[in-house]
Amino acid sequence: MGVAGNGRPAQAVPLQLHQGAPRSGALGLLLTKVANWGRKSSLWPMTFGLACCAIEMMAASASRYDLARFGAEVFRASPRQADLMIVSGRVARKMAPVLRQLYDQMPEPKWVIAMGDCASCGGVFSNYTIVQGVDRIVPVDIYVPGCPPRPEALIEAIVKLQEKIARGEPSAAEQARLAAAAVRAGV
Amino acid sequence: MTLERSTRDDTLILNVGPQHPSTHGVLRIVLELDGETIVRAEPVIGYLHTGFEKEYERRTYLQAVTLTDRMDYLSTLINNLGYALAVEKLFDLEVPPRARVLRVLLAELTRINSHLVWLGTTALELGAMSVFLYCMRERELIMDLNEMISGARMMTSYIRPGGLTMDIPEGFIGKVEEFLRLMPCRIQEYEDLLRDNELWIERNRGIGVLPAETALALGVTGPILRASGVAWDLRKAMPYSGYEEYDFDICVQTDADCYARYRVRVDEMRESLKIIRQALDRLPDGPVVTDDRKVAPPPRHELALSMEALIHHFKLFTEGMKPPAGEVYAAVESPRGELGFYVVSDGSGKPYRIHVRAPSFANLQVLAAIAPGHLVADLIAITASLDPVMGDVDR
Repeated sequence: MGVAGNGRPAQAVPLQLHQGAPRSGALGLLLTKVANWGRKSSLWPMTFGLACCAIEMMAASASRYDLARFGAEVFRASPRQADLMIVSGRVARKMAPVLRQLYDQMPEPKWVIAMGDCASCGGVFSNYTIVQGVDRIVPVDIYVPGCPPRPEALIEAIVKLQEKIARGEPSAAEQARLAAAAVRAGV
Repeated sequence: MTLERSTRDDTLILNVGPQHPSTHGVLRIVLELDGETIVRAEPVIGYLHTGFEKEYERRTYLQAVTLTDRMDYLSTLINNLGYALAVEKLFDLEVPPRARVLRVLLAELTRINSHLVWLGTTALELGAMSVFLYCMRERELIMDLNEMISGARMMTSYIRPGGLTMDIPEGFIGKVEEFLRLMPCRIQEYEDLLRDNELWIERNRGIGVLPAETALALGVTGPILRASGVAWDLRKAMPYSGYEEYDFDICVQTDADCYARYRVRVDEMRESLKIIRQALDRLPDGPVVTDDRKVAPPPRHELALSMEALIHHFKLFTEGMKPPAGEVYAAVESPRGELGFYVVSDGSGKPYRIHVRAPSFANLQVLAAIAPGHLVADLIAITASLDPVMGDVDR
């Protein structure tokens, strides 16, 4: 494990059960499948409300939309207990380093949903203060359009993410890491 | 930074936020603690600064409506109303009676919506999860109404300078009637859960007492001021949109603590229901948008028949409405207090400057005044009772 580009030590990644391409052997394949099934079925999002979208995120977890039906309702206040970051709202430049730090504190494997136009691309705010898309700070797995997206849209994003995990695709975080490693190796 | 340095040898600095489960958005608070007692509490803001006031300057007056929604995202229609009133003041324009009544109706629905979210999240932060679920259930009814009128759940941009976007759809009145029938017993349900709940009382009563003179000195408005015993409500003090014709009470409490603020907000929901009832009863027929063609576009059927209408339409959507040069201030009573729009026009199609007097911004500063002396756990109750919406604070 080398040192990530921002000077922080990269987090240790458990090699055996990590997501991505199945390990060799029938047992390895089975283990990976079981692990991915487990990850998909109990996503723990972080309580990370930023702006308007946070209200719809709350609505998604509340009475009518009931995110619990899809196994992703255990919102954790601490990033160290969460594996899904839902960036719900506009990210100001003052907030950007905080967001990155929280992301770095989340254990692997982890996923990011950019909820809403502001988090995806800056939305209607093209100015000095709003980060023009949160993918400039953290690798994003799923983008949800809308201002704010309906709770159904967020639920669909989570279902899409679950499908992605079940397929065993590497997360955006892992892809970014692989790309960085390739650059370091001079490929 | 001196903010993060202790003032005494035996105190500890504790940072709360900007990401914290109980801060109502990205609010950071730097605490200085003596044991578990707060010696100093300084709110640090700006983590949601969006540059709204600069954004306004490159929008036309009509486009700017969409930005008002996104400032205080819990009282969208009231933001629309405050902005629309300011622009109409520039034009010296009267909106049709039907639009005035509908504006009041929608503003009060929005107030209930905002108080519901406040009650739900505050209860959640103090450990009462079920109240949150009940409140969000009723909030969905209001979201349905918003969706009926504008197609959007939150960002409606429905109230615009000159009136409303369009008339309310068929079936809207019936839905509001249903809401009015349902809501009183639902409010009673929250009250049953909280009002005499020993835990709720212990966490709230006597906590965060804000004397009326401190509140006035710090520019506090809205339910927080009324909970300190000052009967100040812009709907009564400086009526707008015809509020003087409605019969309702200003909800006042004298205890000035978190519990009093809770009481005021719940009572206000009931008063809002009264206002909605009256608005429904007096809803006149007629147009919902002004016939001043310099402000509002002509109806669609005129476009095919009249060259003049077509020109008006074209001018309005290419150059925008052009209010005469001047400056105005218009304020409305938002769920958080006095929401004021100060608009400067240089006679062009875009505002020269818009400043927003945001209630949450002024209200939040009392945190430093009332938190010291309390325990850390009480900070959660105090912050929640101030109901800051960070989109409104930082803008």
